[in-house]
Amino acid sequence: MSKPTISEDAIFSDPLYVEILQQLRPHADADTNISPQTSITRDLGMDSLAIMDFIFDLEDAIDISIPMERIAEVQTISDLVAAVHKLQQEA
Amino acid sequence: MAIFDKFQSLTDNHDLVKSFGQSPSSLQFEEIISPTEAVLNGRRTILLGTNNYLGMTFDETCIEKGVAALREEGTGTTGSRIANGSYNGHKALENELAEFYGMKEAMLFSTGYMANLGAIGTLAGRGDYLLIDADSHASIHDACKLSDAEVIRFRHNDPVNLAKKLERLADKPGEKLVIIESIYSMLGDTSPLKEMIAVKKKYGASLLIDEAHSLGVMGATGRGLCELAGVGDDIDFITGTFSKSVGTIGGFLVSNVPGLDIVRLASRPYMFTASLPPSVVATARAALSKIPHATELRTKLWDNATQLYAGLKNTGFDLGPQVSPIVAIRLSDPQKAVALWNGLLDAGLYTNLALPPATPLGWYLLRSSISAAHTSQQIALAVELCTRIGRELGLIPCPLKTGASVEMMNVGGTRKSATKPDSKRTAEPKKPAAQA
Repeated sequence: MSKPTISEDAIFSDPLYVEILQQLRPHADADTNISPQTSITRDLGMDSLAIMDFIFDLEDAIDISIPMERIAEVQTISDLVAAVHKLQQEA
Repeated sequence: MAIFDKFQSLTDNHDLVKSFGQSPSSLQFEEIISPTEAVLNGRRTILLGTNNYLGMTFDETCIEKGVAALREEGTGTTGSRIANGSYNGHKALENELAEFYGMKEAMLFSTGYMANLGAIGTLAGRGDYLLIDADSHASIHDACKLSDAEVIRFRHNDPVNLAKKLERLADKPGEKLVIIESIYSMLGDTSPLKEMIAVKKKYGASLLIDEAHSLGVMGATGRGLCELAGVGDDIDFITGTFSKSVGTIGGFLVSNVPGLDIVRLASRPYMFTASLPPSVVATARAALSKIPHATELRTKLWDNATQLYAGLKNTGFDLGPQVSPIVAIRLSDPQKAVALWNGLLDAGLYTNLALPPATPLGWYLLRSSISAAHTSQQIALAVELCTRIGRELGLIPCPLKTGASVEMMNVGGTRKSATKPDSKRTAEPKKPAAQA
């Protein structure tokens, strides 16, 4: 595994990243190694319906609504962390 | 060609379906005999998947009115109502729709899909919020793409989740428009309308309900779920289609909200497509005039729906959650779903094959829609064919011989132990992970 970048180091200690991983696990393939650069759409064996369910669970867990157009921009878990932080700042 | 490379997963799915025989996208009926029968591949086939709920496509009055309008006003309008003007029939049908629903105003669209596109995509603009059910029809999703509003999904038929989403928007300026459907088209389940209305009222949101599958089907005079639930006054907007119980094509928006007329000048799907041809308008008017009085047809439709649902449920199929004119068999194995659909076609029964992601929870669905025009013999035959082929494919248990059943009942003492499948067949019905 390549050495994490500085931004990845920061993300590992981000409580939001930890929460996302926790919410993701029940929906993703059990044996997948998840990192900040993991693609939510490609790497986790999740179809669009599984992703939608995961987003619903995450929304409930962190009490936020993630508009569909924001979800459409997200590729990786790192993208999702950034998108949610931006939404929290806008709230 | 590379331009088509992005459709590879669609191609793969289509190839899978084709590998079993027929493909839904390439079926061609050689003759339409009645609302419930057609000739397919030289074989007389029962139509159990055409949303022809009242059998209105062959109604004599509708046909006569359509033919008369065709002769009197020609084959088409050749343009939009904004460009070419309205015909008398357009305005008359709008007035009749408004009266039928007890609403102030109505607008016609050229299809039901375009009614949702033109209504939802226009009513919610920049700075507004669209709150849509997770199982929304494609036309609602596409309408959201057309709108500049922010789009938030809530869990299917879940007023509590909707309330959470509206609560988070409570301090935000901008209109909030909640979009639901009366009967959801894949599984046939209905919206918990009263609960949804209570939530939208609490948070000052507006509500649009798509009554596509309930017009003519529900309520004492066929107005749909709103009539059945007795909540007409609490609904802000209703969209619907003429392509199901009305038996032709076209869509509409009706509302009590003052000033709806301005939407005609703002809605691109209304402005930039040809208006409904006079013959279609005439058939829709004839059908709509019959719907309030079609009590016997509605009774027959629900009797048929109950017969099909009970028949399939009793043989062990996993169905949608409630009796409805849409009855869907839920399957987890794509190959068996395709094989079942093909087997039924070969036996003379046409149903719909619905695949993810168009289906809830990733089910593979064998979807049926029932008509008042079906005879109880046709429904019984449909149950019999589904049962026979479902057993051959190991989708449902096979019955035991009477003696064996009694013996097992005596030994085991429970019905469960007595329904062990025939050893020659594939064993248990497969349950999807989502249900396990």
